[in-house]
Amino acid sequence: MSTFYFIAFLSIFFAILVITARNPVHSILYLVLTFFTFTIHYILLNAQFLAIVNFIVYMGAILVLFLYTLMLMNLNKDNEPMKSNIVKIAAVFGGGCLLVTVVASLKTMTVSEPVVLQNPDLGLVKNLGKVLFNEFLLPFEVSSLLLLSAMVGAVLLATKDKQPKTI
Amino acid sequence: MESFTNAIQSVPLNHYILLSAIIFTIGVIGVLLRRNAIIIFMSVELMLNAVNLLLTAFSVYRGDAAGQVFVFFIMALAAAEVAIGLAIIVMIYRNTNSLDINVLNRLKW
Repeated sequence: MSTFYFIAFLSIFFAILVITARNPVHSILYLVLTFFTFTIHYILLNAQFLAIVNFIVYMGAILVLFLYTLMLMNLNKDNEPMKSNIVKIAAVFGGGCLLVTVVASLKTMTVSEPVVLQNPDLGLVKNLGKVLFNEFLLPFEVSSLLLLSAMVGAVLLATKDKQPKTI
Repeated sequence: MESFTNAIQSVPLNHYILLSAIIFTIGVIGVLLRRNAIIIFMSVELMLNAVNLLLTAFSVYRGDAAGQVFVFFIMALAAAEVAIGLAIIVMIYRNTNSLDINVLNRLKW
């Protein structure tokens, strides 16, 4: 039980560091740590397939993509522009209002039963694969189309125009 | 693995919702606070992850595997979104030579 609270504290701590770090590279590295704590959360929930996918896709693919883009931009200078103090206070105030609203609406629910794992092999690959390829077969195929179009779009957007447009 | 799953036996569902709400709020604050386009993007990733964790917790709570399949789809969508978004950011950087989103105020009417 205390493991969950410790990991939850670490998640919140690293998430705050992500948005407050001055250097974008540090920010990305803190994001890696945040995603790692999320992986531990998935393992605690016995969602082993999601833990592995989170580890590979988020910490592997997405974060490498972020770092690579940042390396392309070469903005290691520390004089990154920050917003004015009024905007900062307004941003934190607005986010706090959102949090208070969500938590207050949670208070009226008052159901606080513990999360109990009824079926121990719920999050295993075997079980999830059966659900994915029976009920969710069409969304699965559509997501492959989504990935293909994203790849084409990324290549199209990131390539430089050789000649200026004539129109 | 048995000891791991026993560790969560007594965590109330409310605390999972609370944790997700806090992480989501941090993401929202990050979007509002920063001017660097990449960090805004990372805050969006943080929000997506908070929702993923909440879906998994609900899935385990109800004993229904559909929630975890949704998380899988969200992860595929996040990968596509990151590829497109970073391509757009690279294009913006080529045109304006900065990542400051305040440079982009020409998009305003």
